[in-house]
Amino acid sequence: MILWNSIQVGFKQIWSHKFRSLLTMLGITLGVASLVAMAAIVNGMENGMKEGLIATGGLDKVVVNDQSVPVWQEHLAQMAPGKTMQDVYALKNNATLLKRISPEIRASVRYVSRGDNRSRPSEVSGVTEDALFINQHEIAYGRWFTQMDSETAAPVCVIGSQIRDELFGDPNVIGEEIIPLGETIRLGEQLFTIVGMFQHYESEMARTERLARNAALAKQPKVTRAFTNAVSQNSQNRTWGRPRGKGGGWAFDRKNSTIYIPLKTALIRFRMAENSLKIDDIDIQVKNYEEFEAALQQARNILMITHNGIEDFTFSTQETQSETIEQSIKNTRMSGTLIAIIALIVGGIGVMNIMLASISERIREIGLRKAMGATDAAVFIQIIIESVVLSTLGGLMGVAFSYGLVYIIQNVSTSNAPVIKPDALIFSMIFATIIGLIAGLYPALRAAKLDPIQALRFE
Amino acid sequence: MALVELENVFKIYQVGDEEIRALDDVSLKIESGEFISIIGPSGSGKSTLMHLLGCLDTPTSGKITLDGIEIQNASSMELAAIRNRKIGFVFQSFNLLPKLNVAQNVEVPMIYAGVSAKERRERTMEALKKVDLENRAKHRPMQLSGGQQQRVAIARALINQPRIIFADEPTGNLDTHTGENILNLFRELSQQGSTIVLVTHNPEIAAVTPRRIEIRDGKISFTEDDRLAGTSLNK
Repeated sequence: MILWNSIQVGFKQIWSHKFRSLLTMLGITLGVASLVAMAAIVNGMENGMKEGLIATGGLDKVVVNDQSVPVWQEHLAQMAPGKTMQDVYALKNNATLLKRISPEIRASVRYVSRGDNRSRPSEVSGVTEDALFINQHEIAYGRWFTQMDSETAAPVCVIGSQIRDELFGDPNVIGEEIIPLGETIRLGEQLFTIVGMFQHYESEMARTERLARNAALAKQPKVTRAFTNAVSQNSQNRTWGRPRGKGGGWAFDRKNSTIYIPLKTALIRFRMAENSLKIDDIDIQVKNYEEFEAALQQARNILMITHNGIEDFTFSTQETQSETIEQSIKNTRMSGTLIAIIALIVGGIGVMNIMLASISERIREIGLRKAMGATDAAVFIQIIIESVVLSTLGGLMGVAFSYGLVYIIQNVSTSNAPVIKPDALIFSMIFATIIGLIAGLYPALRAAKLDPIQALRFE
Repeated sequence: MALVELENVFKIYQVGDEEIRALDDVSLKIESGEFISIIGPSGSGKSTLMHLLGCLDTPTSGKITLDGIEIQNASSMELAAIRNRKIGFVFQSFNLLPKLNVAQNVEVPMIYAGVSAKERRERTMEALKKVDLENRAKHRPMQLSGGQQQRVAIARALINQPRIIFADEPTGNLDTHTGENILNLFRELSQQGSTIVLVTHNPEIAAVTPRRIEIRDGKISFTEDDRLAGTSLNK
């Protein structure tokens, strides 16, 4: 009864000082909004990184990386051989615990083009068939390289769907899917023939979105197609090969703009000038995940022989990568939460300030209420409730505000789409309420302790 | 037994080294249904007496009984409950809450008494009828004249059917004519059986009550009772 009445009085008090209350609530609002938005951004980052991890291969994928030689071998640094085809052959012949060994040579190609259309591939790599399996690629149209292609270093390539979208046209824009097999494109300055195209990779969410949109489009009358080459670079409604960097699927975007060429083609057409037969990357995959450690040890032993005992390589597993991701997410979340909580506490100080001002304005009222039978506890509860109502309203505004903030971030930033989770909302609302409770404590105590005679005399 | 009984009540304030006796050995009885006024110049101790009678304060020593309950040792929570159920206050400056309308102002004491919303509404309208303001229930205090505001305050004082009503200079902020109306209202209430204590510095106003007590320097200096016609008991 008294509680309900106190809540009503609290609202009335806030309503009768609209501007003052709004300013006070703004502190809490910004605190809650930053807390929720921060959590949403970190969730988005996490999603993107995890999707990326899965899209770039499973846990049994290991990358052989370069490393500067250990301190005790520094005098041998000049003789460090780096990764060569020798390593690949040695591993292929001796590493019985490995299933696949995939050497890669990166061609330094910044743009691929066809006529006036240009596209920027995420990688142009010379690979063997093992790369298909390790990186989990699926050829949807055409074929993989034949032995003939590999032996003759033929200028052929397999492309990702986004390269097709940008060079030949996006099915969602031109209303028709083009399969560009046999077409010729330029990788840098060299002409290559497309012999295959990967399937379109996308996240679960993007797929359902796209299917829903296609179903809706199917109901509308078909738009007549303009040109084969009609490519809209800035079109907003592209979902096949979504706008780059948006919607949380950077890993899929990366995968969709891959171009593979035969290993020997990369070596002969892009590396001859360098007089170096070094390989950029060796990805390996173990046969049996239970023997993971043993397989790595075996690979290390073999590589130590081919590298003349100089340890200029290291293994980086997806597991270490996922640990790194988790650690960095944790750090980001912690610092973000800390800043948001400080903002909330500052908001709480604002609430306390305004509650103190409010009770010193209402000393007579408090005295009167006491004369009419309000106990100390009733006065205490009334002030506390006013403070809690103030901060909770501020918190609710903050939640609404955070949705706006997230919307803006989604449209402005190029990183992963932020995701608002209910637990962040609940946590920040509870926190805002607790802040209101604490901020109201001291003013409420002061009000409760007021002597009714003094208070009634107060002018 | 008397409704209110004071026995050898002292109220002493310590200001620095000096001892101020606001009430100095006061004994007093007020019977149920009485209409009594307490007169005295400012600083005489009449306000202190009213605060003690109204359970807003406790005495330094002595015994105060209100409706059979000894209040000199009561806790602040018990005092609040007594004020709520047994006492009504009417102030010189009306002390209505400006943010609430007339009906809501009258309701306040019932909220602390835990009366249900339905009953509150009914009793509020009844009380407003008694002071002739039932058609002003939705008005804000600022929209009413001084006399009307004081009548709202009286309705509020009556709402929990208190055993005793204290009116502290109830006509002090009103013109003579309106003041008379208010005093007439008190007289009517007294005739209906309410116990009313009028605190004032003005002997003319005090003249409306059958019994008058004068306080000077913390002591009862003079008691006059029209019911004992012709006699005056000088102490």
